[in-house]
Amino acid sequence: MAVYLSLNHYDLLSPPRWVGLANYRYLFTIDPQVGTAVKNTLWLVAVLVPAQVLFALGIAMMLARARRGVGIFRTIFYLPALAPPVAATLGFVYILNPATGPVNAALGRLGIGEPLWFQDPSWAKPSLVILGLWGVGNTMVIFLAAVLDVPRHLYESAEIDGANAWQRLRWVTLPTISPVILFAVVLGVIQALQYFTQAYVAANIASGQASQAADVTAASLGYPQDSTLFYPVLLYQHGFSDYQMGYASALSVVLLVVSFVVTLVIVVNSRRWVHQAGAIR
Amino acid sequence: MSAVPIRAPIVRRRLPASVRRKRFLLAVANHSFLVAGAIAFIAPFIFITLTALMTNEQALSSRFWPHPFAWHNFADVFRTAPLGRWTFNTLEYSLLGTLGLLLSSIPVAYALARLRFRGRNVMFMIVLVALMLPPQVSVVPLYVMWAKLHLVGTLWPVIIPNWFGDAFSIFLLRQFFLTIPEEYLDAARVDGLGELRVLSTVVVRLAKPAIAAVALFSFLYTFNDFFLPLLYTGENPHNWPLQIGLSQFRSLHQVQWNLTMAATLLVMAPVIVIFFLAQKAFVEGVTLTGVKG
Repeated sequence: MAVYLSLNHYDLLSPPRWVGLANYRYLFTIDPQVGTAVKNTLWLVAVLVPAQVLFALGIAMMLARARRGVGIFRTIFYLPALAPPVAATLGFVYILNPATGPVNAALGRLGIGEPLWFQDPSWAKPSLVILGLWGVGNTMVIFLAAVLDVPRHLYESAEIDGANAWQRLRWVTLPTISPVILFAVVLGVIQALQYFTQAYVAANIASGQASQAADVTAASLGYPQDSTLFYPVLLYQHGFSDYQMGYASALSVVLLVVSFVVTLVIVVNSRRWVHQAGAIR
Repeated sequence: MSAVPIRAPIVRRRLPASVRRKRFLLAVANHSFLVAGAIAFIAPFIFITLTALMTNEQALSSRFWPHPFAWHNFADVFRTAPLGRWTFNTLEYSLLGTLGLLLSSIPVAYALARLRFRGRNVMFMIVLVALMLPPQVSVVPLYVMWAKLHLVGTLWPVIIPNWFGDAFSIFLLRQFFLTIPEEYLDAARVDGLGELRVLSTVVVRLAKPAIAAVALFSFLYTFNDFFLPLLYTGENPHNWPLQIGLSQFRSLHQVQWNLTMAATLLVMAPVIVIFFLAQKAFVEGVTLTGVKG
């Protein structure tokens, strides 16, 4: 159905008109926004996903080693993951708000630079990463369970062989939980390719605040300067703001193919680093 | 689980003082990092709460502590925006959606887990494929369909699909149903119960934890959902659920940060309360699947 629509020009009002591959030609060769959207989305895959996985893993490791208060710490680190994405984004746009937000107030007092966060094209994506790290609780809980599941006797025999803490981490913990890491990476990449809500809300709120215009919905997508124009945001703009159903279908078909290929590449590649005995859970 | 290793009797030997000191310092460092991290994770909640309690002028200043506490902000939110209306819409979506999801997914999961019929494996494969398909792919054709049915602008396009089963829930329930011993079901069948009665009397009762987890995930998902309600009700504020309303709250009503944060807090609160009330169902669900829905 999506493939059929993608070969038509269709605006919901007049019946679909067959245009062959014209939508795809426009997508790959002419549309100037596709390049920006793809670059922004790849940035998410390259920065947000590794940052989230490493951060979640780090917290899980520290939690696994903690002697007391594990339950309280786990709840605290997990809780933000529950916050509705819209509410969490709103909260962060406020906290990182250049004029009155507490973060820049603190940075100003320390005399360090005060970034414009969601208002600055080069800071908007890093701001979204900070928001993403805050909501890393799900991955953290899964990692924690995996780390606690590593059989004790493996550590003991490693210790007898004279392995230090780093070697135990590198050769015992990481290989044993590698299937779970793979799971988190694949899930993270899929989510990065579909990243929409946070980008939409952050751009909407941040731009509304700058221009004080009442109707900002369409104009604000990707604010500031298309720096948060991710691929799904572009799809939304074409399909549900401009009602170019055929072209939006073409965009979605390309997204499907790319998601599939990327996932496949990661899974095939993972044979080299995922521990043989473990299966994907 | 691997076999339990045979343990030699442990002889506790006092470790040398240097080793003990090193371990103690490591534990202190570890806990300091955890405490610092925990403070950083709580800080946003605290800032949101404090700002929600500030007066307009204070929210614009760079002061941290509200003085005086403006408790009336929470009432003002309801006066500035139709928060009650949005809450009603969210509940309509969440409750009707979750109810339909349970009524449709439970029988399907049972059939896939316990009944033998031709094409069962093919059907299970279809469920798995549906589980992996990114929603963006089907969204355009579905939108066209709902537009033709003249239902764009209402919440039905996000509610009705739940009544036709949800791949993730079917998968989760099937995995749980497989763990119920067949003997229980056979006993019920010998007593003369039909499959539907077996399902409604025996299976549903034994699978309560899994069903609770599915219901919880579905409620949270629908409560937090933004993309689909935005597509279908974006142009019709009367049918906005909370999340859409909240996202438009600030620009639409030209309000200040204090009221915006009060509204944000009100939208976060139910989820957090539910988490603390239903922690057990939560943990069951997460361990059953490895993911949150």
